[in-house]
Amino acid sequence: MASAYLDLIRIRFLMMLAYRVNYYSGIAIYAINIGAYYFLWKAIYGTQTELGGFTLAQMTTYVAVSWMARAFYFNNLDREIANEIRDGSVAIQFIRPYSYLMVKLMQGFGEGIFRLLLFMVPGMIIVCLLFPVRLPTDPGVWALYLVMLVLSFLINTQINMLAGLFAFFVENNEGMLRMKRVLVDLFSGVIIPISFFPGWLADTMKWLPFQAITYLPSSVFTGRTAGGEAYRVLGLQVVWFLALLIPIALVWRQARYRLFVQGG
Amino acid sequence: MLAIDVKDLRKQFSVQKNREGLGGALKDLFKREYNQITAVKDISFQIPQGEICGYIGENGAGKSTTIKMLTGILVPTAGHLRVNGFIPHKEREKFVRGIGVVFGQRSQLWWDIGVIESFQLLRKVYRVPEADFKQRLDELVERLQLSELLNRPVRKLSLGQRMRCELVASLLHNPSILFLDEPTIGLDIMVKTEIRDFLKKINREQGTTILLTTHDLQDIEALCSRVIMLDDGRIIYDGGLDELKSRWSKGREVHFQFGERPDLTVLRNLTEGLPGVAWSLEELTAAMWLPHAVNVSDALARVVGGGVDIRDIKIIETNTDEIVREIYQSGTASKEATEKLAQSSDSVSKETVHHG
Repeated sequence: MASAYLDLIRIRFLMMLAYRVNYYSGIAIYAINIGAYYFLWKAIYGTQTELGGFTLAQMTTYVAVSWMARAFYFNNLDREIANEIRDGSVAIQFIRPYSYLMVKLMQGFGEGIFRLLLFMVPGMIIVCLLFPVRLPTDPGVWALYLVMLVLSFLINTQINMLAGLFAFFVENNEGMLRMKRVLVDLFSGVIIPISFFPGWLADTMKWLPFQAITYLPSSVFTGRTAGGEAYRVLGLQVVWFLALLIPIALVWRQARYRLFVQGG
Repeated sequence: MLAIDVKDLRKQFSVQKNREGLGGALKDLFKREYNQITAVKDISFQIPQGEICGYIGENGAGKSTTIKMLTGILVPTAGHLRVNGFIPHKEREKFVRGIGVVFGQRSQLWWDIGVIESFQLLRKVYRVPEADFKQRLDELVERLQLSELLNRPVRKLSLGQRMRCELVASLLHNPSILFLDEPTIGLDIMVKTEIRDFLKKINREQGTTILLTTHDLQDIEALCSRVIMLDDGRIIYDGGLDELKSRWSKGREVHFQFGERPDLTVLRNLTEGLPGVAWSLEELTAAMWLPHAVNVSDALARVVGGGVDIRDIKIIETNTDEIVREIYQSGTASKEATEKLAQSSDSVSKETVHHG
């Protein structure tokens, strides 16, 4: 069974590879995004040396790392799941002796690995050449960050699954999916670090899973969070990962009774 | 042992009601109204191992819903259900290892990868040992003549090619029950025949139980010893195909080709005294309808000996298509109803039997 899941990763990876030309433009778009944010932040900083606990150098690195991390953890599983539910092809998944959500996770992972290798790595090299990005020198931080990146992927995927499975309960959740995407980008701290949020919102964020996707791991990678605090971040990610399993299991159980195969 | 055991099975869906107009849409936004639709209404049937059973009914009669409950896709609203000894939706992952499913209108192969890669993936999903897999695949590929298709991506297959691959995909793990939901839909006659022969063979050789839904009654005639007919969520007939035919076909028609146009009253007079015989005449062709109670030779003897100039005679049996159409129209085939109809068949007007 494990080998079937591995195969699903491999097949998705190869499929993405077949359509790789689509993604070359993506590297440029991410580089432009990072560049725009770099100049924006430079203007905002002006003569100030520190804002919201970030120096300009840290901010540049934060922006670059966060966008590149997003390239890895981002996926369209929410839309895929919603579409499969809407057109009824999810029925086919029920006649196989595997877990549908695991299959989706593996497909998302195959996509993530593709983006990591053909998108994130070359993108990061380009960005490092263009902008004053300072990467950590401690291999321990790199190792820790890689583990965190996997957890970012898992948590983001869980949120995507919850959003996608909503299609079982409403006729059209397209609008919700769009809103979710904007909210995740904002609340995870890709667009603005959470320390820039107004106090009440920053406090609220502490009780939501989004900051565990980007803000916290990026803070570790840029060196703002270090030592024991860094492990606390990892722990928090694990807690969110486990906590999110509960609503998924509940929604999934409900969904089994709601399934209504479209098109006969 | 029973392959499928169904008792008082019911499935209800609540379907959103969409109210009309802008006002209705606004109302829907705040308070949704739902309609309860019962797709399957307390049906019961049993299928022993090794049987090929046809499951027929009009569109929307509840066939697909039943199949989806039997395969563990849908959860029944009420009733008892056992397939292969499992309750499908409860022990889904264990249960589906023992069944094969083909949906004529949906592909279960992975669209973007080669056929053989799909099969390999299925081998891993079902944990089929490599040696068994190879043997089965070789056999299936040879029987369905797929060897040139194996390396093509699924999206580049024609419908007939794809359907043969779907069959292989559903059989790789050697299931003891095969569910086919309209497996021959949209296929040409060659592929249809090929698929029917293949299904008959695996049923004979491996004892695979097959339940198939179809709109093509030739599938049923070629394959099934038993038919379950569904109408509006209820079983209206469950029994042999021959029985269905003999019970429902009320007679046959004899066509005469004449050398010159005879008079209708002359023809009627020839069969005077034979109950239920009806005539219709069009130019040089006349059709004589005979209920089963009347012997064909008796009627023929009278007409032939009647001195009319007959060039050609054809005897036409009512075919299954017509029988089934008639049952669909009347909406019932229960024993009492069929018997009642059979008794009164003498008085049933000829219009119910048309030959197309």
